[in-house]
Amino acid sequence: MKNTAQKEYDVIIIGGGATGAGTARDCAMRGLKTLLIERLDFTAGATGRNHGLLHSGARYAHTDPESAAECIKENIILKRIARHCVEDTGGLFVTLPEDSLDYQRAFIQDCLKAGIHADELDPGEAVRMEPAVNPDIIGAVKVPDGSIDPFRLTTANVLAARMNGADIITYHEVVGFEREGDRITGVRIRSRRTGEESSVYGRVTINAAGIWGHHVAELAGVTVNMYPAKGALLIFGHRVNNMVINRCRKPADADILVPGDTICVIGTTSTRIPFDQIDKMDVTPGEVDLLLREGIKLSPALGWTRVLRAYAGVRPLVAADNDPTGRSISRGIVCLDHAVRDGLEGFITITGGKLMTYRLMAQEATDLACRKLGVDKPCETAEVPLPGSEPDAKDEERRAHIIELSTEQKAAEGRHGSWSGKIKARDEADDALVCECEQVSVAEVNYAIEELHVHNLINLRRRTRLGMGTCQGELCACRGAGLLERHDGCPRRSLDDLASFMDERWHGMYPVCWGETLCEVQFTSWLYQGVMGLTATPEKSE
Amino acid sequence: MMDLQQQNISDNNFESCIKCTICTVYCPVTAVNPDYPGPKQAGPDGERYRLKRPYFYDEALKYCLNCKRCEVACPNNVKIGDIIQSARIKYAKGRPSLRDSMLADTDAMGTMATTMAPLVNFTLGLRPVKLIMDKVLKIDDRRTFPKYASERFETWYRRHAARQQESFGKTVSYFHGCYVNYNYPQLGKDLIKVMNALGYGVRLLDHEKCCGVAKIANRCVDEATRDGEKNLKAIRKAVAAGDDVIATSSTCCFTMRDEYPHVLGLDNADVRDSIMLATRFIYDLIDSGKGKLVFRSDYRKKIAYHVPCHMEKLGWTICSTSLLRMIPGVEFINLISHCCGIAGTYGFKKEYYDYSQAIGAPLFKDILQSGCDFVACDCETCKWQIEMSTGVEVLNPISVLAEAIDVEATQRANL
Repeated sequence: MKNTAQKEYDVIIIGGGATGAGTARDCAMRGLKTLLIERLDFTAGATGRNHGLLHSGARYAHTDPESAAECIKENIILKRIARHCVEDTGGLFVTLPEDSLDYQRAFIQDCLKAGIHADELDPGEAVRMEPAVNPDIIGAVKVPDGSIDPFRLTTANVLAARMNGADIITYHEVVGFEREGDRITGVRIRSRRTGEESSVYGRVTINAAGIWGHHVAELAGVTVNMYPAKGALLIFGHRVNNMVINRCRKPADADILVPGDTICVIGTTSTRIPFDQIDKMDVTPGEVDLLLREGIKLSPALGWTRVLRAYAGVRPLVAADNDPTGRSISRGIVCLDHAVRDGLEGFITITGGKLMTYRLMAQEATDLACRKLGVDKPCETAEVPLPGSEPDAKDEERRAHIIELSTEQKAAEGRHGSWSGKIKARDEADDALVCECEQVSVAEVNYAIEELHVHNLINLRRRTRLGMGTCQGELCACRGAGLLERHDGCPRRSLDDLASFMDERWHGMYPVCWGETLCEVQFTSWLYQGVMGLTATPEKSE
Repeated sequence: MMDLQQQNISDNNFESCIKCTICTVYCPVTAVNPDYPGPKQAGPDGERYRLKRPYFYDEALKYCLNCKRCEVACPNNVKIGDIIQSARIKYAKGRPSLRDSMLADTDAMGTMATTMAPLVNFTLGLRPVKLIMDKVLKIDDRRTFPKYASERFETWYRRHAARQQESFGKTVSYFHGCYVNYNYPQLGKDLIKVMNALGYGVRLLDHEKCCGVAKIANRCVDEATRDGEKNLKAIRKAVAAGDDVIATSSTCCFTMRDEYPHVLGLDNADVRDSIMLATRFIYDLIDSGKGKLVFRSDYRKKIAYHVPCHMEKLGWTICSTSLLRMIPGVEFINLISHCCGIAGTYGFKKEYYDYSQAIGAPLFKDILQSGCDFVACDCETCKWQIEMSTGVEVLNPISVLAEAIDVEATQRANL
C-alpha cells in the first residue's frame, strides 16, 4: 500500500473480475505501469456467478450474430491460451418434443453464417454421445461449446499481470476520484478492513467494475445507464452430463446445463432487480422451482440428483447511449471514452459483453488507454498463454503413465495447470487433504495463501475449490481456517472468518435444503455449533 | 419444489454420503497403509472425480480388501465397498496378471491340484518352490498354502452320501464352495451329519461353480459373471424344488446375495432370501421350535469366536454365536470384531503381505491371550490366516456342532 500511494501509475483498473484482471494483464504486457483495485476479492461479482460456459456463440447465432462471431473467435483463442481453465466438452443443442424443428433448421444456418461448426445429429446418436440427455429429443446439433472455470481464468490473468509488473490491491473500495480540472488523476480508496482512506494516482483510470461500474461512474461524475439483471442457477452434487446441453429454442430460462469441474450447473433465469439488491441476492423458491422443472426436461437425471446449492449473479445490462429511455439494451461490448462522450479526461468505462469476450473487452479498453498515453504496442493477449497454460506444460495424461499420480495430485494439476509444480509438499503432513470432496491438500492451500492473494476462506475457496464440494465446508472449513491462522496469526479473526464462511455456504444451501442436502446441513450444524461451539456471526467479510 | 425431485433421496447412492468419515475410521486398511486414501475418499469422493473423467481414477484403490466394514459402519447405507469394487473393475489399468488370474480361478486350480493332491501339497510346502513362486509369481513365500484334498467333496458325496439324502422327508440344497470341495471336504461331511441329525437331507446344486469372490477381487469380471449366471440357474432350480440353499462359508453366501446384484449386475431378487448361511438356517429352526439339538454331556471346550468381515455385513453373527453358546460344555469368548487381514487372495500377494499381517495383528494378539482351545469362525480364508499367524486351530461352527451333538439323541428329538 505504501508503495502504491507513492507511484504514479499509467493505468488504474477498477474491478477484479475477468474483465478487470484481463485488462490489467493486457496493460502490463504492453509495458504500462498498472494497478488493479478490487473492492472485495477477485471474481466476487458476476465473473464468479455464472454458468462457466465456454460459449461457441451458437446461443447467440440467431438473436445476435455479432456476439456469436465474437464468441467463436474468443472460444478458439481461450482453448489455446487458457488450456488449464477450459474443458473442451463439446455441446449439444437439443430440440424437445414441445419445441419446433423449424428453429433448429434456422439455427444451423445462423451458426454456419457466424462461422460456428454446427453438425446435425440423429437424436439417437446424440443420446449415445451424451447419455444424460432427455431420450425423447426430436433433434440435436453438435457445437463446439465447452466449460470454463472463471475463478481459474481470473487468477491466471491476475498472475500474468503481476508477472508483468502490475500491482494488485484487493479489499479496497473506490470512494471517490482525484481530479485536476476535467481530468481524473487518481482514485480515492478505502480499506475494507481498517476503514483507512488513501489515494492512488494514475494517468488513465479504467472502470471495469461490472454492475458496480454504474456507481463508480457516478462517483466520477458521469452517467452510464446500467440495469442489474439477476440470473439464478442451481449446482448439482456431481456431473450428470459430460457435454454442455442447450435447449434449441430462443434463449429462455433454464435452458443450459453445463458440466463444470466436478459438478454441473443449470441456469439461468433473468429478472431485473433494483440496485439495492445487487450485493445480497437470495434465490427464491419460484426460481428454484423453475430451474428444476425446466432442467429435468433437458436431463431427467436432474430429478434424482442432489442439488448442492443455488446462487445468483448480476448481468450488467447497458442502455444504448442513443436511447434516453434505457429500454434498448446493448448486448455487445461497450467501451466508453468519457473524454469524447462526457468531456472527462483520463476515464474509460468497459462494460457489457460477457465472460467469453473478457479478453476482447480488455483489448479494446487497453487499446484506448494506449492511445491516450501515446503508447504504440500491439496486443499480445491472444497469443501468449496464461500462467498455468504454458506450452511446456507436460501433457497430464502422458504423465500419469510415468508416475502414478493420486487423485489429489491430478486435481491440483487440473486447477493450476503447469504451475501445479509450484505446490511443494515438504513432508507427509503437507500431503494430507484439507478439502476431501475437492481433493485440496495442505500444500496446495499453503501455495494459494502464499502466491494467490488469499486472506480468508472465501478467497481460498475461489483459488482452490476448497468447500465447493458435496459437504460444502463441513470437513474442510475448520482445517482451512487453522492453516490460515498459521499465516495470519490472529485466532479471533480466523474464528470470525470461519463463522462467516459457514454462513455463506448456508446461504447457498438454504434455497435447496431438502433430502440429502438437509441431512448435510444438519450434520454440519451439529459439528460447528454443537461440537465446536461456533456461534458468533460477525459482520460479513463480503 | 422438492416435489419435482421424484424422490427425496438420490438414485445415485454415493450422494447419500454426508462425509461423516466413520467408514474411514473403521477401515482396516487405512489404519495400516497411508497410501490408501480410505473408503470415503476412494468411494463417494473419488466417484465424483471419476464421473468427471476416468483419468482421475487412483490406482491406490487396489489396496481395498473388499471387507465391506465401511458399509457396515455407514449410517446412511452408502454402498461404499461396492462403489470401490466397481471403480476398480471399470477403471484400473491393465488386465489381471497371470498370478491374479490363477488365484482367481479356484475351480481350475482346485481341479488340477486335487488330482495330484499329495504331490501338490508336498511341492507347495518346499522352500525352493516357495521362493520361486515369490520371485516369479509374486506370491509371498511367507504364506502357507491351504492343503488340497485327494478326494473332492463332490466325488465323496456321489459315492457315499447322495443316495441316503432322498430318504429324509425334508431337504436343503448345499452350496459347498471351492474350499470344501478341493481343500477341506470334512466340513461338508460335518454339515451333512448335523443336517441329517436334524431330519434334513442335503442335496448338492446342479453343477455348482465358484461363487466368484476371488474373480471379482482380481477383476476377472466376465468369468465371475458367467459363473454367477450358472449358479443362479442352479439355485433357481433348487428353490423351485422347494429347497433353501445353505452355505458354510460366509463369504460365498455374501457374494451370491449381495455382490451378484451390486457388482456383477446379476438380478437375484427372486432367490436372494433363499440363500443363507447354514448356521442361520439351523438357528431359525431351533428358534422357531421346528428343530432341536441335543448335545453330548462330555463336550468341554473353550471357544473364541471370530467374526469374519462378510459375516458382519450379512448381520448373522448372532446365529453362529448363539448356536455355540447353546452347547452346555462351552466356555464362550466373543473376540472383538477385527479384520484378520487375508481377504481371500489379497494376503497371498507379495505386495500386500505385510499390510495383511499388520491388519490382523490385533486379532492375533487377542486370540493368543484368550487361552482358547480353538477359534470358531465361518470363513475359510480367516481360518488360513489365523492358523498360520497364531498356530491356533480354527473350526467352522458347523464342525463344532457336528462334534458336540449327540447324533442319535438329536435324531430322535427331531423325528
